[in-house]
Amino acid sequence: MNNKNKVWMSILSIVLAVGMLFSHAPLLAQEEENHAVPQEETSKIDMTTLILDHISDSYEWHFCGEGENAVAIPLPVLLYSKVRGEWFFFNFKHLEEAEHHHETYEGFKLAEHGEANAGKIVELNPLTNEWERPLDLSLTKNAIGLFINSIILISIILYCANWYKKKKPEDAAPNGLIGLIEMLVSMVYNDIIKANIPQHVQRYSGYLLCAFFFIFLTNLIGLIPGSANLTGNIAITCVLACCTFLFTNIGGNKEYWKEIFWADGMPTWLKPIMAVIEFFGLFTKPVALMIRLFANIMAGHAALLALIGVIFITAQIGAVINGIMTPLSVFFAIFLDCLELLVAFIQAYVFTMLSAVFIGLSVPKHHH
Amino acid sequence: MLLEILSTQGAAAIGAGIVAIGAGLGLGKIGSSAMDAMARQPEAISKIQTPMIIIGALVEGVSLIGVVACLLGVLA
Repeated sequence: MNNKNKVWMSILSIVLAVGMLFSHAPLLAQEEENHAVPQEETSKIDMTTLILDHISDSYEWHFCGEGENAVAIPLPVLLYSKVRGEWFFFNFKHLEEAEHHHETYEGFKLAEHGEANAGKIVELNPLTNEWERPLDLSLTKNAIGLFINSIILISIILYCANWYKKKKPEDAAPNGLIGLIEMLVSMVYNDIIKANIPQHVQRYSGYLLCAFFFIFLTNLIGLIPGSANLTGNIAITCVLACCTFLFTNIGGNKEYWKEIFWADGMPTWLKPIMAVIEFFGLFTKPVALMIRLFANIMAGHAALLALIGVIFITAQIGAVINGIMTPLSVFFAIFLDCLELLVAFIQAYVFTMLSAVFIGLSVPKHHH
Repeated sequence: MLLEILSTQGAAAIGAGIVAIGAGLGLGKIGSSAMDAMARQPEAISKIQTPMIIIGALVEGVSLIGVVACLLGVLA
């Protein structure tokens, strides 16, 4: 055991050493180039924009490289121009080519950083002479990511459900993927749903299980480099929170509404004040759900990108500091990635748990 | 000049730091109490865990609203 560890340690240190050597090689070459052409502008890295570009939605699926060397799939754009009253459907690459020549394509352009609606497609309104957003139904990166995630989730769940349909009583217990899903389903169903909802469990278990698996899978897929950052997008979490809001309030029984607007056991003068507070509480609960999921995932991705960005920022300062900081930042990035795996699960768990608690509060058992 | 920086990016960074202090104190308190309770009554671990996670999520929610506010400060 000890010997094995030693072998692993030496292999690891050799890999690290070689990695450090190679990480310097292109840098030194670049420096020489810079010496040869001192007038060459050293492009400063704007970390804030870079990070925001990576965690936000876009009209192309970007894989690697920046600027001219970027490897990206342009996605279809579908717009309804309110000014002209027409539909437009084109490939994003046409717009991008027009951007290169500082022109508009069909009257559309991408809003630049610092302008309103930065990064979104805008058109000129001739009446107000301002760039406005058309009705944008484009198949953006997040929309396609949503389709991909949904297809993956549906196929996993249908595959498992199919196994149970064909299962005979004498079959052995499932293992592998089906076993994992069964474990998660029974965990969510017993520990979260049944523990927090006093009655009508069947009515809500479908939604809560769906929310759990969707958030968990989306969080995990979002961690893969080059994939869409779905749960780090406030629109997606807003839809999820709205679903919880609807389930809570449509399913809520008489006692729930009485509790909100005319609660027992309080002096009468306090009741109207509490009703106002409770009424706002109806909306702050889903808003907190929305912000929690969005900010957790977004902050995790931003921190990860900032750690990776340390490599490129120190590369501009000097070779020595870059050599020191590169392994450090890689180490911390791996650590943070592992932490994000944990967060991916915890956030799915917390969202489902809080939804279940809110729904459970809306269907209290009759206790008089 | 200094005031200008402080009023935008600097203030956002300081805000993020303060938020981290608050959230750390709150979550630390929850964690320590839950650990105490679990050590005292190991058979009640599963009963303690659920409220612990809920309260942890609530504390974290406040801090995350702070994070979002800081992000808006950086972006503005």
